[in-house]
Formats: sequence, C-alpha cells, structure tokens
Amino acid sequence: MSTKHSKAAEAYQQQPDVVERHDNTFFGVRQKRDRMAQMLPEWEDLRNAASQIKKHTVTHLADYLEQFEQQATSNGVHVHWAKDAEEYNRIVYDILSSHGVKKVVKSKSMLTEECHLNENLEAKGIEVVETDLGERILQLMKLAPSHIVMPALHVHREDIGKCFREKGLMDNPTLSGYAAKPADENDPTFLTYVARMHLRQQFMEADAGMTGANFGIAATGDIVVCTNEGNADMSTAIPKLHIVSMGIEKLIPDYASMAVFQRLLARNGTGQETTVYTSHFRGPRPGGEMHIVLVDNGRSDILGNEEHWQTLKCMRCGACMNTCPVYRRSAGYSYTYFIPGPIGVNLGMLRDPKKYSDNVSACTLCCSCDNVCPVKVDLSSQVYRWRQQLDSLGKADPMKKTMSRGMSLLFNHPKLYTGALRLSPIVNWVPGFVIQSGLNPWAYGHQMMRFPKKSFHELWKEEKV
Amino acid sequence: MKIGLFVPCYVDALYPEVGVSTWRLLRSLGLDVDYPERQTCCGQPMGNAGFEHMAEPLARQFDELFAPYDYVVAPSASCAAYVRCFHPNLMKERTCEAAGKTMDIVEFLHDVVKVDSLPAHFPHKVSVHNSCHGVRELGLSSPSERNVPRYNKIIDLLKLVDGIEVVEPERPDECCGFGGMFAVEEKAVSRRMGMDKVRRHMATGAEYVTGPDSSCLMHMQGIAEKEQLPIKFIHVAQILSAGL
Repeated sequence: MSTKHSKAAEAYQQQPDVVERHDNTFFGVRQKRDRMAQMLPEWEDLRNAASQIKKHTVTHLADYLEQFEQQATSNGVHVHWAKDAEEYNRIVYDILSSHGVKKVVKSKSMLTEECHLNENLEAKGIEVVETDLGERILQLMKLAPSHIVMPALHVHREDIGKCFREKGLMDNPTLSGYAAKPADENDPTFLTYVARMHLRQQFMEADAGMTGANFGIAATGDIVVCTNEGNADMSTAIPKLHIVSMGIEKLIPDYASMAVFQRLLARNGTGQETTVYTSHFRGPRPGGEMHIVLVDNGRSDILGNEEHWQTLKCMRCGACMNTCPVYRRSAGYSYTYFIPGPIGVNLGMLRDPKKYSDNVSACTLCCSCDNVCPVKVDLSSQVYRWRQQLDSLGKADPMKKTMSRGMSLLFNHPKLYTGALRLSPIVNWVPGFVIQSGLNPWAYGHQMMRFPKKSFHELWKEEKV
Repeated sequence: MKIGLFVPCYVDALYPEVGVSTWRLLRSLGLDVDYPERQTCCGQPMGNAGFEHMAEPLARQFDELFAPYDYVVAPSASCAAYVRCFHPNLMKERTCEAAGKTMDIVEFLHDVVKVDSLPAHFPHKVSVHNSCHGVRELGLSSPSERNVPRYNKIIDLLKLVDGIEVVEPERPDECCGFGGMFAVEEKAVSRRMGMDKVRRHMATGAEYVTGPDSSCLMHMQGIAEKEQLPIKFIHVAQILSAGL
C-alpha cells in the first residue's frame, strides 16, 4: 500500500535532521502568521469578506473580465486572451520576437511554471532570467520550486554559495565594491550582495520585463504585484516592454476589495504585515509598451465543477503548505504536481486526475488548512471527495479496497461483527516475526496492539459493564 | 432524556474499558442510558479511504438504530464528527436525524449536562491531546489557527478532577499522524508525525497523555511502545470516571 508521494516521503525520512529543519522552518512561518492573525480583531471577518468577494467575482467572471479588458485597453495596454498553455506560450513568444527580444527578466509567477514558459522560450533562443532571489537560485541549480511563496527555503546557504561559485557569480568584478569580503563566503548577507550585483547586470541587459499578477482590478484595469525584493519594479523599470501573465481567477472587482486582500495576503502567507513592495501597474511607461495575457488553461472548467470550484478563490498565499503537517515533513518534491501541499493536491487532480492521483494520500484530514485559508477554500473536504473518485479512475489502492470491503461486510452484518469480536484476541497469538514482517505496514512504526479478552459487546452481554 | 451509547467498532474491540467508563460516567450522573446492541461502525474508515458508498448503508443503519434516543453519545470525537458532518451527505434521500443529536462524551458533559463537579480522583500530571476532528469539526477547543476566544472543553472537565495536573504540549493541536489508513499508506510520515507528537507530550513532564479519541492514543501508544518511551495513554472518560 503506497503511492509515489508516500515512497518519496519515506525516502525523505532517511535524513531526520533535514526533516526537522524543514518542519521547524515552515512551522515558524505558521507561527508568525498566527501572531499576525491574533493582532487583528477583525481577522475572521476579513476571511469571510475575502471568501465572499472571491465567490462573487468568480461567479460573475465574464462580466468582470470584459470590464477589466475595457479599462486596461483604455489605459493603453494591449490585452490578449489565451485559452490554454500552448496559446499562452505562443502569444508571449510572438510579442517578444516581434520586438527582437534576446533576454527577458521576470519576477515570480506560478502561472509561467504551470505553462512551462521558460523552457518554451529558451528552446526558441530567448534567455529568461528569474529575478526573485529564491527563483534565481533554483534556476541556476536547475531545480523546481519546492513551495509557491518561499520556493528555495529548503536550500541551505552552503549549497547556494557553491552554486554561485560554480556559475561564476563570485567572479563578478563589481563585487569589489563590497566593504570587506567575509571570511565565510556563504555568509547570507554576502550571498545576497553577490546575487544583487549579478541581477543588476541582468536588469541592465534585458530587452523585456515580465511579471505575474497577484491581483487584477476590474474597475481600473490595474495589475497589482506583491514582492519583497522590489524585483517586479526593477524588471519593468529598465526594459521598455512589460508583459503581464495573469490567470483569469486573479480578478477582483475594485480597490475596496483590494483593501481586504492587502490586509490578508502577506499576514497569512509569510507573517508580514505587508509585503515590502506592493506595485501597481496601470499602463505602459512613456515610450514603452505593456501587454496583459489573460490565461484560462482549465480555469473555466473548474468553475463548472460543483465539488471543486472553490479552488478558484485561492490567492496562492502558501499558508496551507506551512500548516500542513504532511507537507512540512515530506517537503515539496515528494508531490508529483508542481504545486505541493493541500492546494496543490487539489489543483493537480483538477489538472489531470489520472496523472496526479498519487498526491491524494498526502493528507490526514486534520483540517488545519481549512482554518488558515484566508479565502476559506474547503481544502480537506475536497481531498476527501477526490478519494471517492479514485476507484472510478482506476486508481484505488487494491489493498485499501479489500480492507474496506472486509470492513463493510462485517459492519453491515451485526452478527458477523460480534462473531469477529469474539475471535479477535486470536491476533494476540500471531507470532511476532509474522507481525513484524514487511507484510504488516502497521508494524513498520508501531508495536502491535493487544486485543483484550473480551470486547465491550461481550462484557455487555455478560452484564459485566 | 434518553441517551443511546455508541461504542465505536475499534473501541469495542480494543478498548472496552473506555466504553465501560463512559457507561458508568453517564449512569453516575443519573442519566437514562441504553446500549443498542446491533451497533457496529459509523463508516468513517471506508469513507476516508475513498469508499464512501460502502459507508452509506451504515449511516442509514445508524440513524434507524438510534432513532428512539434524544442523544447519541460516543467516547470518540472523530466518530461523532463523522456522523455529524458526513452522514447527512450519505443519506441524501431523507434527513439524517442522528447528525443533530450525536455528540462526543466531552461536549455532551460540558454543553448538555453542564457538569460542575465530579467525584473523580486522579493524582497525576496529564498532557491533553487535542485531536483534529475534536478541535476542528466538533469545536472541543478553539483551533490555534483561528482568531476566536480561547477555550478548551476537555481541560474544563479535567479540572473538575481531584488531584490532577493538566498541561498541553507545544503545538497543542497539531495532528499526531494517525488519519485512519493514512497510518499504513503513508507509514513513514505517519510515524514521524507520531514521534514528534509523543516527544512534545513527553516534554511537558506528564505521566499520561489523555484525549477524546482512542484512535490517536492507539497510534501514539504503538509508536511509544515500539520506541520504548516511558509515557502512558488513557482516554479522558477513564480519568473523569476514575474511582466510580
């Protein structure tokens, strides 16, 4: 009885210290988030409001999208519509190639991960440089994000230093401006300086800047991007061409709604009152061009899915990962979908249920994610519902099915059940070597339970209760 | 007020003393309790494993069996929560009466009987295990994730016991990693979660871990015994009825 997730998670347990560090790091973020939540007396009201606004927006999505397009167009922005990843990649490539772009700097965007934009552009000879520090580290290491908000938090500074040395970042002549080179080249402040000098060069050389969008505001046509490093601003301040990639569910009606989300996003995601930069983009810079690509890629199908439409309310704060006891102890790469944790389990199933069903096991149904979610997505209930689908998808575990059938037989026949109760103490006599063999997954971590001589049923019959 | 006692399948088979304690506790409070013998299981193990349709007849059977009672009381928060939160969906053709009247022993004593004294004596230090479904489905305590007034019904009741010292571990309502078939399907993460939880309970210096779910206690006990860790496990109903 296992899944790709459970096997990867088991392999991850071979380094208990790494597990402990990962668990403590992300539980620390959860605790910072709790402190922020406790500081706002209106916290639960904000969650309710955010949930209602998102529900309202996604159920009136067509109207808001048209309003957004109209506003953005009147602001001088070119608006494009992409029905899927393929069309999206083509639109972005066409814009870039028609401007003769050789190098793109981009701020963090999970949508571009979803559509494999970087690989597509690089295959066509356009260099893509991630400018979010974590994303850049991963790009240099040729690794995928392990978390949607803190993508490289699992990478240790020694490995970052090694990577920077190997990729030549330490040889940058502008590093001589650093007051005193530290004895330890893996010193975090020094590493950050190395990254800054490296990225500065990239910003100067780029022909185009790309950003994602945390929010799109229908009433004004604005795009709002939240970063801690100011890299969205740097990516758009130097190149004349700015391309925004935005999933259609990122839309909210107006700035009154924005005020609600602004109070929730950073507090809930990273435990900060606000991100260091909240950048608003309304139109192209003088002499420049701004494009917004609105991407569907399966989102309107989700909208029609009665059991799972609520995932469209998600604003990708990552809090469900930070609180998930399974994510914290199995880490991002144990999941087969590029978004891990509770929201990733569900989004993966919506993307392709047969391909990503291995992640559905990664949940104890503890419901902690439901309680941290700032927009009240019913994450654990959705996992429960996906499990009900596995059998019809041909993905049910045969042993679980057999066990469930056996239980069903017993529990539906009270006489059989009480008969089995009388026999259950026999299990106590099964030799230890059989119990401890690999055939018994319970014995992997547990001492076997001992059945009492008599069940409650029997004691009741004998009037010994 | 007629009460139907529900002793869930695994408590019946493995922890009959928990059922006995619950029965004695309810009787000692002068309540009219009965134990309908044809009861088996609420269906949660099959539902959580992904075979909810196998739980459907059990939900109907449960509803009919407990129809004569005003309340159904169980010494298992998770099973009570399954009846309350999931049975209505399993019985779409008619209203599930059991959902509204099924309670865990802790919330029943706290909210319905409103006990303010108990004769129990238990001179030990205990660490409270706030199990997930108790916290987040039944509301036995305020979830640590939420900005709501802090309360804990389990601790309120335990404080009525003479001689007891009650503590909570760090991360007071983090999952212990049982999760039904999760414990076998995701055995490595499950074991790690259980180890972490047992260690945090032990760090309080408690002699016992207590809680409203024998399933979580069974998981942690299995791990503690395998690792030969010196900590004991006891259901909260056994403490509340100590000396009866």
